[in-house]
Amino acid sequence: MVSGLINANPVIYEKKQRRVRRAPSVGDDEHAVEPIDQIEFEARFVRVFIFLTFLNHVRDIKDPEHPYSLEELKVITEDAIEVDDNNSYVRVTFTPTVEHCSMATVIGLCLRVKLMRSLPQRYKVDIRVAPGTHATESAVNKQLNDKERVAAALENPNLVDMVDECLAPSYA
Amino acid sequence: MEDGNMELKEIQTLEGHSDRVWSLAWNPATGTSNNPPVLASCSGDKTVRIWEQTPSNGLWNCKAVLDETHTRTVRSCAWSPCGKFLATSSFDATTAIWENIGGDFECVSTLEGHENEVKSVSWNASGSLLATCSRDKTVWIWEVMPGNEFECVSVLQGHTQDVKMVKWHPTMDVLFSCSYDNTVKVWAEDGTGDWHCAQTLGESNNGHSSTVWALAFNAEGNRMVTCSDDLTLKIWKTDDGGMESSNDLASWHHLCTLSGYHDRTIFSVHWSREGIIASGAADDALRVFRGEQ
Repeated sequence: MVSGLINANPVIYEKKQRRVRRAPSVGDDEHAVEPIDQIEFEARFVRVFIFLTFLNHVRDIKDPEHPYSLEELKVITEDAIEVDDNNSYVRVTFTPTVEHCSMATVIGLCLRVKLMRSLPQRYKVDIRVAPGTHATESAVNKQLNDKERVAAALENPNLVDMVDECLAPSYA
Repeated sequence: MEDGNMELKEIQTLEGHSDRVWSLAWNPATGTSNNPPVLASCSGDKTVRIWEQTPSNGLWNCKAVLDETHTRTVRSCAWSPCGKFLATSSFDATTAIWENIGGDFECVSTLEGHENEVKSVSWNASGSLLATCSRDKTVWIWEVMPGNEFECVSVLQGHTQDVKMVKWHPTMDVLFSCSYDNTVKVWAEDGTGDWHCAQTLGESNNGHSSTVWALAFNAEGNRMVTCSDDLTLKIWKTDDGGMESSNDLASWHHLCTLSGYHDRTIFSVHWSREGIIASGAADDALRVFRGEQ
């Protein structure tokens, strides 16, 4: 999965280069990987992977009130994904398009489902809206991180259809 | 344990469920010399499994699979005090009552009424009352009638969110519920058959600051432990010894807070008859506590 995606997708290559700019010997991809600690490499990979798959699956979601996609609206950026591979921990912070965005929980649920399906089970994932960007920020965060509410939501066929529709492009 | 006189060792992994196992319950009428221990497990695979230990080799085997009744996740299960009945509550909004008839489990009653997911079910000490709670924010009390009939005697409204767990006091007909609204509520009957909220343990009484997931009592019933998404366990006490003589049911108050032991949500807590508290959390850790006496 790792090498396949990296080799297949030049965008990942570009992100990775940007990330390792502090390493003085970095010249091209082969040399870039070598000096980097494996753990660091994995953490960076997970971050880039989440970012790209997220962009893949949200690019077709249109904000209900705007003719833009969430990607264009910068709902998520690469910096908003924190990975602590040593502790198997990922935190994703997304920014709803407007303060009262009714899609916030659905977007968050899509993110969680995508990560549940893609990441190794050892990862613990927290999903939250960026501080100060949503009127009911704490309520949205609480719901997205309640495993029982998430499990129940994922037994709701209408919600699952909506999530699957959002995620379909990310599996293409 | 720090003093090293106690050790937990995995003896067997029970395999069979095809999805997350949400809850377990020991059959209280088993585990005696001529009655091997039995436990029930319930799962996101919509089934309940009954496990029994084989005395000769100590291995656990699945004796029964209770399926084709619940249509969604089975969230919790509870044995009646006599061990003959098992109650199972499900995200399908129902609670099923199963009777052990010569080793076969038959669904003898289905309790309907909650609007959505039923999260927890509990029998009172005598087995005459059952309580259930739901995401619909209500707690229901059911009376066990002859002929496997269950009659709803009260619908308790008071929680402002999802009710995560209900638990009867180990000796008295006083009910406790904990919720996504961060509180624990104490429910009591006033002598005329009416149930009311006798006390609310919230942040203002040194309570939890996030979802309260579970609670348990010590054997005497004068201490209670609660666990929460706020990463703490809290111990509560009543003013008098065993509550038996107390007319004041609103007598629970905060005794101490155990923090710094888990670094993700604490979902589960139990207080053993020997006085040991065990907690389980999303940090994949089990913690075992013993009071200093």
